[in-house]
Formats: sequence, C-alpha cells, structure tokens
Amino acid sequence: MKVLVAVKRVVDYNVKVRVKSDNSGVDIANVKMSMNPFDEIAVEEAMRLKEKGVVTEVIAVSCGVTQCQETLRTAMAIGADRGILVETAEELQPLAVAKLLKALVDKEQPGLVILGKQAIDDDCNQTGQMLAALADMPQATFASKVEVAGDKASVTREVDGGLETLSISLPAVITTDLRLNEPRYVTLPNIMKAKKKQLDVFKPEDLGVDVAPRIKTLKVTEPAKRSAGIKVPDVATLVDKLKNVAKVI
Amino acid sequence: MTSLVIAEHDNATIKGATLNTVTAAAAIGADVHVLVAGHNAGAAAAAAAQIAGVSKVIHADGATLEAGLAENVAAQVLAIASNYTHILFPATAAGKNVAPRVAAKLDVGQISDITKVDSPDTFERPIYAGNAIATVQSSDAVKVITVRTTGFDAAATTGGSAAVETTAAASDSGKSSFVGREVTKNDRPELTAAKIIVSGGRALGSAEKFNEVMIPLADKLGAAIGASRAAVDAGYAANDLQVGQTGKIVAPQLYVACGISGAIQHLAGMKDSKVIVAINKDPEAPIFSVADFGLEADLFVAVPELVAAL
Repeated sequence: MKVLVAVKRVVDYNVKVRVKSDNSGVDIANVKMSMNPFDEIAVEEAMRLKEKGVVTEVIAVSCGVTQCQETLRTAMAIGADRGILVETAEELQPLAVAKLLKALVDKEQPGLVILGKQAIDDDCNQTGQMLAALADMPQATFASKVEVAGDKASVTREVDGGLETLSISLPAVITTDLRLNEPRYVTLPNIMKAKKKQLDVFKPEDLGVDVAPRIKTLKVTEPAKRSAGIKVPDVATLVDKLKNVAKVI
Repeated sequence: MTSLVIAEHDNATIKGATLNTVTAAAAIGADVHVLVAGHNAGAAAAAAAQIAGVSKVIHADGATLEAGLAENVAAQVLAIASNYTHILFPATAAGKNVAPRVAAKLDVGQISDITKVDSPDTFERPIYAGNAIATVQSSDAVKVITVRTTGFDAAATTGGSAAVETTAAASDSGKSSFVGREVTKNDRPELTAAKIIVSGGRALGSAEKFNEVMIPLADKLGAAIGASRAAVDAGYAANDLQVGQTGKIVAPQLYVACGISGAIQHLAGMKDSKVIVAINKDPEAPIFSVADFGLEADLFVAVPELVAAL
C-alpha cells in the first residue's frame, strides 16, 4: 500500500511574525521557514506504518513555491521514498491544495493520505477534510493513534471532552494531532541520501486544477495589544486585587 | 439571504458553542435557521427552537447521525445547503471536522475561525497564532464559516419560538463507523464555557503534582482546569485540556496560569481572557507580559497559599 503525505512549508513555529506596515500581510522575508509541525508528525506516522510492514511506499507531496523542495527533502530525510512538488507562485488556499492532492490521489492511488490537522500559518484546519470530500473518502481527523489492519484503519481522535475511536475503510484520509507520535531526528547520512531521491515537479495546469483563490485578504492588522499589568508581592495582595479591584472572585 | 447554523449538541441539550454561533449568524443580518442532526434528539431540537433570534429549526433524526460521523453529518447539511447563503459551524472539534467537507462539496472556500462579521461577505479571523488579524472577503455564492466562540457573545437560550421542521436523516456513507468514546469524567464546567479557568504548565513536574496542586484551586474557585501543551505532552493532563493555538481557545473572566511560561502558542489560546493571573518563579517568563496580576513565586508554595486564602 502506498501512503501520500502532504507537507507544507511554513514560517518556523519559533518565529514571532510581524505585520507589514502597509497592512498587506505579514513580513516573511528573511524569516526561517520549516515544515509545518503537524506535517512532520504525518511523515513520521507514515514511516512507522512502513516499518511495521503495512506500507510499501511513502510519497511526500508539497504545493507551493520552488523552495518547497527543501521541505520535501526534509520529508525524504525522515524517510519518505520520493517527493512530488506541485509548483506555483500563486497564493494557494486549502480548497486549491485539496484539489491538487485529489489529482495526485487519482494518479498514485494511495491507500492512505496523511496530513497535518492544520498549518500554523493560516490556522485553517481544512485541507484534509476537503480532500476526503473531493475524493469521496472517509476521514479521521485529529488522530492520536492509528492502527491499520487489512482494508480498515482504526483511528483514535482527540475530540472535545476526550477521545473517540473510529473504524474507517481504506482508502482514507487521516489528519494528525500533536500526541500521535514524536518525530525522529533527521540524521546527516539520511539528509545525504534524501538528496538522491526522486523528486517530480508538476504545475497545477499539468494536473488540470484551477488554483485561483476564492477568498481575498483585504488587510492584515496587529491584534489589540494587551498591556502588562502589575506584579503583586504576595498571595494576600493577589486575593485582594482579584476581589476588590478586578472583582472577578 | 438566510443563514444555517449547525448545532453542537448531545441529543438532549444544546452545547454553549451553538449560542455564540447563532450570534455570529445574526450579525450577518439574515434569517437564522438551526440544523439539529442527531438521534433521538427531539429535546435538543426543542431547546434550539427556544434560542433567541432563531426563526426555524430543522431536525434530522436517525441512527446514522448518532455518533456525529463527518461523512453523514456533511451529507445532511448538503441535503439542505441550497436554501442558504451562509452555513456556520462552531469552531469546535466537531465543527472543524465537518465544515470543510461541506465547503469542498459545494466547491467554495471556507472561512475558518471568524472573530468578527464586518459585512455579509467580509470577516475577521486570526492567523499566525493570533499574532495577526486578517480581514477576508469571500467571492463564493455560499459562505461556509466556522465561528470562534470567544469572538461572539452567547445568544439567550430563551425568548425564541421557532418552528421545528423534521427531515429525513441522511443515509450512512458505509465507509466509517463509530467504535467507542473515552470521555474524561469530571463535574467541572466545560473549558470553553467556564467563567474561571486555572491552568497548569510543565513546572508542575508530574501528573500527580498537577492534580494535587491544581484540583484544590479549581474546586475552590469552581473553575475548569486547563493546561499548556508542554504539560499535556508530558502526560500531566488530558489532551482535551490543552489551551492554545492548536488546542482550546478560551476567554474566561479569570484565567490563572500556574507554572506556564507563556509561549506564543499558549498565549494565542487565552490572551482574550478578561483578567489574567500568572504565578511563575521565573521573572522573565513571557506570561507576565500579558498578565494583569503577576506573582513571582514558587507555585508549590503560592497555589496552596492561594487556596487557603480564598
């Protein structure tokens, strides 16, 4: 069984982004870029399924600018067998990415597609579910445990109030939550090996997908600033402030 | 122009997130209908009809809808989607699971996690863990939206007298089935609806200490318990207690952060709280930059002292 894993190149999670002064967006020039953390968990999960012998090939896919090749090389250094870049300089919104992935699903016929539950830049949390709908596949989002047996997967999901377990028929879409696994460190020999792995590049037109954005960003602004309050010397003062100044208890 | 709100419910009652979503729908300015898709959910549908501002409740009932499977719930929404210009879900685990499926089938973009309605096609939403607010405009015929509940007040649970219309339940997709649920049992208020939240971080050191220190404080304040990602990852607290960019977004009247350093991802989940208290022994901890009242102290001493003083 093949697994397709989608990986997104995003601003590194340690970077605090700044809003541009003309309010046209956030400034990402000269900012460290990394693989979306949830997608790293997705690649790791695919590798674990391969190591268990459930999966034969792991294909990493990224959609976006030329530099997404670096993200794909990272995925291949974790262990993905090959990479596919759908290259475009256009702004890609989740629906467009889901359509591109659907086209690749048709081409590659994977038994499972694993994606991060959300990207930490646009915080949308949409692509996996959209792909599942377009490909008419069942979905198990926010996964914290995945077990594949035969033509079914048992997936434990993080939901409000606890956990729930679903059984889904393959092919299916799974999106990862934080507790699914802890991604391995990438070793230098594996980085070297990844450079020699196959990486195919397509354009959205090659896949017959219209990626024009549906949602227009009119402006991007700073959130309302929360000013720092005061330090209190002891618990008694704290209780007094909460009771008599803030009046919240 | 008519909006459809997908209710979050447990078949017997309507969950609070639905009420905030109704307010967001009302802000769009159209008629507000509510879909209650469930099994033996008559009581929930009746409760939805009481919500102020709701003009019609559509009640779909069947075994296929009992577990809230995304495939079946999405099919139910799609069956009536053509009647609506706006389809709104609460941005909860359930809402986030289903909404994009509906949007993709309608071939429209989705606007996630809105915090403000500027006009029927223009909305504000936080991006980059809330470090920027984007104002976005949708050109699609139908707007599929998830609503960040902290951005909107709750609609009143009484005052409405909507008609309840029943409709046939969608058939089963046959591709997904519900196996079981492990519900975290406690008598505390729900995290996203609580007026007071006490939240613990990595500094607590173990699950035992987390419970030993945080539970008495929560009990004393009648508070919900939250946790930082670090505390959840380390196994000190259950996953559904995680407050932050990728966990729960909360905005209680009072948020007490104990031993939480205040990474931007955590701040993203709680910085809209009315009053923030930080107890941390590191004077440089970023949490102090958003705290109304900061107490620089060892939490193992300060929290029991606080419990005693309350």
